[in-house]
Amino acid sequence: MTKQLTWLHKNLFSNWYNSLLTVISLVLLLWVAYGAIIWATTQAQWAVVQANLHLFLVGRYPQSQYWRIWFVLAIIAILGTITATTFFGKQKLAIAKFIAPWLSLAWLLSFPVILWLIGGGFGLSSVPSTLWNGLLLTLLMAAVSIVLSFPIGVLLALGRTSNLPVVRWFSILYIEIVRGVPLIGILFLAQVMLPLFLFADVRLDRVVRAIAGLVLFSAAYMAENVRGGLQAVSRGQVEAAKALGLNTPLVVIFIVLPQALRAVIPAIVGQFIGLFKDTSLLSLVGLVELTGIARSILAQPQFIGRYAEVYLFIGLIYWIFCYSMSLASQRLEKQLSQ
Amino acid sequence: MTNTKPPFWRDDRFWRITGQLIAVFLALAIVAMLWGNLNRNLQQLGIQFGFGFLNQQASFDIGETPIAYQPTDSYSRALWVGLINSLRIAILGIIFTTIIGVIAGIGRLSDNWLVRNIMAVYVEVFRNTPLLLQLLFWYFAVFLSFPKIDNKITLGGFVSLSQNGIETLWFNLSPEFAALLLGLTFYTGAFIAEIVRGGIGSVPKGQWEAARSLGLKPSSIMRLIILPQALRVIIPPLTSQYLNLTKNSSLAIAIGYPDIYFVASTTFNQTGKAVEVMLVLILTYLTLSLTISLIMNLFNRRVQIRER
Repeated sequence: MTKQLTWLHKNLFSNWYNSLLTVISLVLLLWVAYGAIIWATTQAQWAVVQANLHLFLVGRYPQSQYWRIWFVLAIIAILGTITATTFFGKQKLAIAKFIAPWLSLAWLLSFPVILWLIGGGFGLSSVPSTLWNGLLLTLLMAAVSIVLSFPIGVLLALGRTSNLPVVRWFSILYIEIVRGVPLIGILFLAQVMLPLFLFADVRLDRVVRAIAGLVLFSAAYMAENVRGGLQAVSRGQVEAAKALGLNTPLVVIFIVLPQALRAVIPAIVGQFIGLFKDTSLLSLVGLVELTGIARSILAQPQFIGRYAEVYLFIGLIYWIFCYSMSLASQRLEKQLSQ
Repeated sequence: MTNTKPPFWRDDRFWRITGQLIAVFLALAIVAMLWGNLNRNLQQLGIQFGFGFLNQQASFDIGETPIAYQPTDSYSRALWVGLINSLRIAILGIIFTTIIGVIAGIGRLSDNWLVRNIMAVYVEVFRNTPLLLQLLFWYFAVFLSFPKIDNKITLGGFVSLSQNGIETLWFNLSPEFAALLLGLTFYTGAFIAEIVRGGIGSVPKGQWEAARSLGLKPSSIMRLIILPQALRVIIPPLTSQYLNLTKNSSLAIAIGYPDIYFVASTTFNQTGKAVEVMLVLILTYLTLSLTISLIMNLFNRRVQIRER
C-alpha cells in the first residue's frame, strides 16, 4: 500500500501547484469522459457505421470480386510477416542476409501483381478505377505515391547538391516552388491543368492525375529529407572511393546513397505517414477515398446529421494506421542506432 | 615533349559542359512542347490567356468580407478579400498555435504524471489524424450542432455559442472562421509540442544540474539557462510548422471559409482561366511563405548571436 502511496505522492501531489493541477485535470478529465461515454452509448447512432462498413473499406468494389481483395491482403500479410521476422526478430537470423535481396525482389514484384488483382485485365474481369473507393483507394494512392516519389526525390536531392549549376538551379527552383504551394493547389493543378498540357487525345484517368499530383508534391519533400542524409555522409568516404578509382556515378550509387538513405529512413517513414494523411485531400478534387466516401455516406438521406459517428470512425481508422507506422518507425530508429 | 591529351570524350570537363547543354536543350524542348500543347488546347476550348479578367465583374458573393465588397466589384477585389481572410487565419493561427504548442510541450515534460499523459494523448491523437478530417469534425460535428441563435449557449455571461458562431462582447467569429482557427491551432499545436519537447530535451542534463546547484529557482532556470539554448534548436522546425499552417489554411475550401484559395477556385470555375488563376495562387502562397521564412530567419539569427 505504501508503494502506491509513495508513487501517488511523487507523481501527482509532490507540491502544492502539482496537487492543484492534478485535481483540476482529474475533474476536467472525468467530466469530458463522462459526457463522451453518455453520448456514445445513448445518443449516438452507430448504425451508420455498421450498415456502411463495406463502403468505408472498399467502396463500390463489386462484391463478387472481394476474393481478389482478400488475396491482396494475404500477399501483403505474408510478405510483411517475413520482413518483420527477418529484420525485427529478437535473434538476427543468419539467413537474413540471403533472404534480404529476394525479399526486396518479392516486394517489387508484388506491386504489379497487386495492381493486376485490384484492377483486372489479363484474365480477371476488369474493375474500373471509379469503383475503387474507401480505404482501398487511400492505401493504394499512398503506397503508389511514396514508391514513385522515392526515385524522383533522390534524383532531385542529388541534383540539388550537384556541382553543375544548371542541374542545381533547376532542382532548387522545383523544390522551393513545390514546397511553397499548398497540396490542394498541386492537386488542383494536376487535375485541371495536366490535361491542358498533354496531347488532346490522351485521356488521363482521375486516379492517375491524382497520383501525379501527389508524386510531384512528395518528391520535393523527399528531396529535402534525402539531402539531409547526403550531408551526413562524411567526405572521407567520397575521397576514399575516388582514390580507389571509382567515377562519380559509381561513387554515388555504391558509396554515398546506401549510407545516406540508411540515415534518413525514419524521416522517410514520417513522410509516408504524412502522405497517408494527405490522401484525405483527394476527396476535395473528386476522388472518393476514405474521407470522400464518408462525406458521400453522410449525404444519404437516412444518415444525415450523423457527422460525429462517421468522422470518429474514420478518424479511428486513420489513427490506427498512422500510430502503428509511427511506432514501427521509432522501433526502426532504435534498431538502426544500435 | 609529347603532350598526350586524353580524347575529348574521356575529359571530365567536356562532359560537364555538354551534359548541362544537353539538359538545358531537353528542358527547353519539353517546355516548348508543353507550351504548344497548352496553347492548342486553350484555343480549342476558346479561352484566351491574359489577366484582363481581373477587372471584370465578379458576380459572386463572399461570406466574410473584412473590407467592403459587393458582387459587382471586380475579380481582383474579390481576390484581395480572400487574401485578407487568409492573413487573418494565418496570423491568429500562428499566435494561438504557438501558445498551445508551448503549453503542451512543457506539459509533456512535467513531473506530474496526469498532466504528462494527458498532453501525450493530445499530441498522439491530433498528430495521427488528417487535418481535413479534424476540420470537418470541428465544423460539422461541433459548430453546426450548436443550437440556433434563439437558444444560444452562454458561458460566463460574455461569450455565447450558437450556429452563428462565437459571439463575445468585443467581436463575432463566424462558425467557419472559428472551426478553421481551432482545427489548425490544435493540429499544428501537437507538432509544435513535439518540437518544443525535443528542443528542451536537447539541452544537456548538466545545465539543469549546474543551475540547480547554483540555487536558481525553477522559473529562473527556464528563463535564463534552458530556454535560450532550447530556442536555437526549436526555431527552424518551428518555422516550417508556421509555413505548414499557412499552407494548410487553404483547406478552408472544405468548410466554406472564403480564403484566397476558395476565391481563386470560384474565379476559375466562373472564368475557366486555369493558368492565370494558378499563377496568382502560386505567387500569393510563395510570397506568404517567403515573408514568414524571412521574419523567422531574422528571429533565428538573433537567437544564434546570444552564444559566446
